[in-house]
Amino acid sequence: MNRKILRLILLVPLLLTLATGLGYAVLSLPDQPQYLPERVIDNMSESGVSHPVTAVLLNFRGYDTLLEMVVLLLALLAVWSLDMPATRHKTQHKTAPGPGLVLDTLTRLLTPVLILVTAYLLWVGAHAPGGAFQAGSVLAASGVLLLLAGWRVSDKLTALPLRIVLVAGPSVFIIISALTLLLEGQLLKYPPAQAGLFIVILETVATLSIGATLAALFLGVRPRESKKDNDKGRQHE
Amino acid sequence: MNPASFYALVGIGLFCLGLFALIINSHLLRKILAINIMGSGVFLVLVALARRAENMPADPVPHAMVITGIVVAISATALALTLMLRVATETGHATLPDEVEK
Repeated sequence: MNRKILRLILLVPLLLTLATGLGYAVLSLPDQPQYLPERVIDNMSESGVSHPVTAVLLNFRGYDTLLEMVVLLLALLAVWSLDMPATRHKTQHKTAPGPGLVLDTLTRLLTPVLILVTAYLLWVGAHAPGGAFQAGSVLAASGVLLLLAGWRVSDKLTALPLRIVLVAGPSVFIIISALTLLLEGQLLKYPPAQAGLFIVILETVATLSIGATLAALFLGVRPRESKKDNDKGRQHE
Repeated sequence: MNPASFYALVGIGLFCLGLFALIINSHLLRKILAINIMGSGVFLVLVALARRAENMPADPVPHAMVITGIVVAISATALALTLMLRVATETGHATLPDEVEK
């Protein structure tokens, strides 16, 4: 008990000092951001889209987005490699009750709507708030809803097809980077005339990958690859 | 004080509150939640500071950084939760070994 009080007495002033320092830093910033906003606005006509955030994400700072897709994939790989027989056993053989009439009906009604919203967000990203990440998360939400309602992807689809969808985003990004390197001599510098096309292709594939990756992260366990693999796992236990 | 600085200060408050919870709590789930709150504080600061002058359009660069940050935060949280589950199954409690009550 004494230790706890001592800790609080030490910690609270330290954190207050930190908060004061950060607050001072924020308040002492110049009134207007300089340099970057003007450069974005000046180059909007070459970006291929009309929404500045999308232009920054997929054109001016496309490199960040490429690495971000790789981070998502890495996180999923790490989660899958931590998957152990014990948790797998528990999660897969639990006799969960059925989803119930309300959840079941709601899922059936909502999934097509969510897919429609995904497509809308993807398309609207070119000129209004929206884009690949927002669309991908809505797609992932529909996947999570389906998983919660007890729906499972068949084993045939989780082996190779799922992995292709997961890798498609980063790999199409890398292919387009290589293509722009050849065409324009600079990484992810699209030719202005085709920039819009490149961005739509990237965003579509990225949406599918992000949706699949986030839903797979939610599930947490690596899907079984085939019947044979499953039998092997059974013998180990 | 304009609204932007107010929201930025609230973001700093969230960040420090999260840091406090991260240090005080020993349960790993609480630590993961605390890190998420710290992240939300940082995002709030960035979003708020993007539009400091009232009559100017918002600066799109911090907004794009926040979108990137949210996705990275989601994947880091998912990884942290899986690690926590692993620790819990291996040791029987969801705290780090050196934080078990002495």
